[in-house]
Amino acid sequence: MFGLVLICLAVFSAATYGLARRKVLQAAHGSGTRPHSRPKYHGAHAALWAAIPALLVLVGLAVAAPRIITAVTWADLPAAAPSVEPFRSQFQYDAEAIAAGSIPSAVAYSADQRAALAAHADRISALSGMLRLGGLVAVGLAALMGGLYAWSRARPDYRARNAVERWVGGLLFATSAIAVLTTLGIVLSLVWESLRFFQTVSPLEFLTGTHWSPQIAIRADQVGSSGGFGAVPLFVGTFLIMGIAMLTAAPIGLMAAIYLAEYASAFQRAWIKPLLEVLAGIPTVVYGFFAALTVGPAFRAGFNRLGEYLLGGPLNDLGLYLMGVQNQMALVAGVVMGIMLIPFVSSLSDDIINAVPQSLRDGSYAMGATQSETIKRVVLPAALPGVAGAMLLAASRAIGETMIVTMAAGLQARITANPLDSVTTVTVQIVTLLTGDQEFDSPKTLSAFGLGLTLFVVTLILNIVALRIVQHYREQYD
Amino acid sequence: MTDRPDIRAAVERRLKRRHAAERRFRLYGVLAITVAVAFLALLLGRIIEQGHSAFVTHSITLDVPVDAARVDPAYPQGANYDQMAAEALLVRLGVDANTADNGRAVRDLLSPDMGFQILAQVRADPSLIGRTVTIEAPVGDSADLYFKGEISRDTPEEQRVLTDQQIGWLDQLERQGLVEAHFNTGLFTRSDSTQPEMAGLLGAVVGSALMLMVTALLSIPVGVLAAVYLEEFAPKNRLTEIIEVNINNLAAVPSIVYGLLGLAVFIGWMGLPRSSPLVGGIVLSLMAMPTVIIATRAALKAVPQSIRDAALALGASRTQTVFAHVLPLAMPGVMTGSIISMAHALGETAPLLMIGMVSFVPGVPEGILSASSALPTQIFIWENAAEAAFHERTAAAILVLLVFMVVMNAVAIVLRRRLERRW
Repeated sequence: MFGLVLICLAVFSAATYGLARRKVLQAAHGSGTRPHSRPKYHGAHAALWAAIPALLVLVGLAVAAPRIITAVTWADLPAAAPSVEPFRSQFQYDAEAIAAGSIPSAVAYSADQRAALAAHADRISALSGMLRLGGLVAVGLAALMGGLYAWSRARPDYRARNAVERWVGGLLFATSAIAVLTTLGIVLSLVWESLRFFQTVSPLEFLTGTHWSPQIAIRADQVGSSGGFGAVPLFVGTFLIMGIAMLTAAPIGLMAAIYLAEYASAFQRAWIKPLLEVLAGIPTVVYGFFAALTVGPAFRAGFNRLGEYLLGGPLNDLGLYLMGVQNQMALVAGVVMGIMLIPFVSSLSDDIINAVPQSLRDGSYAMGATQSETIKRVVLPAALPGVAGAMLLAASRAIGETMIVTMAAGLQARITANPLDSVTTVTVQIVTLLTGDQEFDSPKTLSAFGLGLTLFVVTLILNIVALRIVQHYREQYD
Repeated sequence: MTDRPDIRAAVERRLKRRHAAERRFRLYGVLAITVAVAFLALLLGRIIEQGHSAFVTHSITLDVPVDAARVDPAYPQGANYDQMAAEALLVRLGVDANTADNGRAVRDLLSPDMGFQILAQVRADPSLIGRTVTIEAPVGDSADLYFKGEISRDTPEEQRVLTDQQIGWLDQLERQGLVEAHFNTGLFTRSDSTQPEMAGLLGAVVGSALMLMVTALLSIPVGVLAAVYLEEFAPKNRLTEIIEVNINNLAAVPSIVYGLLGLAVFIGWMGLPRSSPLVGGIVLSLMAMPTVIIATRAALKAVPQSIRDAALALGASRTQTVFAHVLPLAMPGVMTGSIISMAHALGETAPLLMIGMVSFVPGVPEGILSASSALPTQIFIWENAAEAAFHERTAAAILVLLVFMVVMNAVAIVLRRRLERRW
């Protein structure tokens, strides 16, 4: 239906293009004047007027129609409909499903309820039929009026090109505004859902509580159901893994960048850079698989063997602990995430080091410094703000990274600084809370949006600060 | 200038130390790169090592008598064909005692696919009831692992999924020539299944393709036009600045947040179907858009100002200049940037988990509105599966995903090499 209307609209719009173009050509021929714009602009102008207003009406109706139907029919449900929620809503859903020609839910209704359901479904389909007809007429009218308006303008002296270019300008602006709309959508959806969550759990408790067990808070009437929503263990786990990742990525990435920028020959660069790019292009789910099935078992075997070796010695207790280390630990997720971040750190740092003016290096060499002394005492201090910005960006990616931690870190929410423990992170909990089937409105599900909002705010602050620093640094040497 | 040997010796000592420090520093750099490259090699090597075996599978050919007493021609799906196949196999193995234990033990070696195939044949041709059909079907997942040498006889019996008796049977079948190894076409022609030997990637590949199509159709035109606006038309004012800062920050928003957006707005508010390639594609296109915009802006910046000046001097309007000259010249850069960002979107997993693309979808998705999985989420689902046979399939799925990404990136590189212009 929707598609058919679209095709009709496209055909109508194409027809107005041809008609307007011919009209202008003939008028110009008849009067012997030269039209202001080329004929194709007159055609395009007419086609735009025929299509765009009708399209807006169509999309608006398609979005609004189901809501109108629900609102109108929900207001007068038949008396036989169940009076208690959620059965009342289910009755409405089922009636809508029947009206749409699909299969209703398996709820068992009594005989008079079944009759009422059928009647209600009939009313809904009657209403939607009316709306559909009205919508068709409205779309047709919009197309016709738009086309007529443009038709009346299709004269040789009309500045069609300028009009079309105004349309194009508007379209271009609209596309770049989508970026802002996306941000707005993110912020609004996160804030909206979080507000609903914070009605049951106070934000203070969420941000400072140390007990995280959302699984028990399933029933809304449960006493102390809010006790399970203290997110501090998640923050601790997130920062622990981020710390390990940065301890891996920062030295390796920075040294790789220094080598590439200062020492490597053009040939070496031509080989090493693409290899690092490959490392950067590998999807995170692959890193997660590798962490869970290769690095995790390998680390565990290594620690277990070390524990065996220590048994009976002065470090017997440590040995016993190491023997019991499991596959899922913060260290595995952190190290693999660090490896994933190496190309990110190195390519950013590489750019920044390259931006340090050659004159600084030349000055240092002229004083007799070796290359490494120049790098350590001149280049790096000059590049420090930029490198710091790059590290902040990497840290923000580490905080927001999901797949590696989901597959390799574990689910135990605990406050620990021990890298051999299994910890859980904000992103892991979002995934756990939102995968699988559960109702949309429980505090358990909504808490994921609270976590998402926290994650968004923290990474946004890190990004803004980092981008400021990098920008400022670039301007310094431009 | 001076010839004092003590100073000279001190300087030389220090110089030696400084040069040693120099060499050490350089070595750190080499080490860092070696670590990164070695890790890449280890990662790829391990995945190939784990995944290559999934491209081969073993199948068994068996003559199964369709017992007329047990099949109702009016209701053929009611019969237990797995049991018939198991009995036929016991006969082949020369085991007389058809006990329940034997039946279960031998059924574990066969795939339910055998029963499905018999049912399909009987349905197509009811005259087969009472006759014998010849069926070639995959062996069960544990049997397949045994033939590949991944389950060893040397493991104590209680620690492996196959008993000594079952292993004896499998050896006997192999000697009788009933079992055959061949390329695992099922991996590419079947969709997800709870049985590893019947699970394939077709549904996930089609889902990913549909999703990527939606992403490309949305993010490339919108991203390119937005970049054109920002680079060529936007006035230098507050609003433009906000948009630019916005785009830079969007590129760094964690991908899972986009998933939350998709869940709340497209599924919760707009009511689009869960798990559908449409929602996945929209979410991925929002993620890919900043990258497309940034790549396009770089390509537009590289077009020299003289081109614009020349067009404007000949009387073209700004719109005509941009769309007839600047954008076509920037097209190679736009295309490479777009393809690379599409390859990136192909591997994105976290937002798809949020919009329900981790549910079990046994068939091939019919359109952009039907439930579907995608390659990266299929990897995630299989990685979580308990059966050992899914591990090799997970690695194989990763290899397939990586091949797709390599191909896309290679196309981008070739395009860049072919079409790139230096001004």
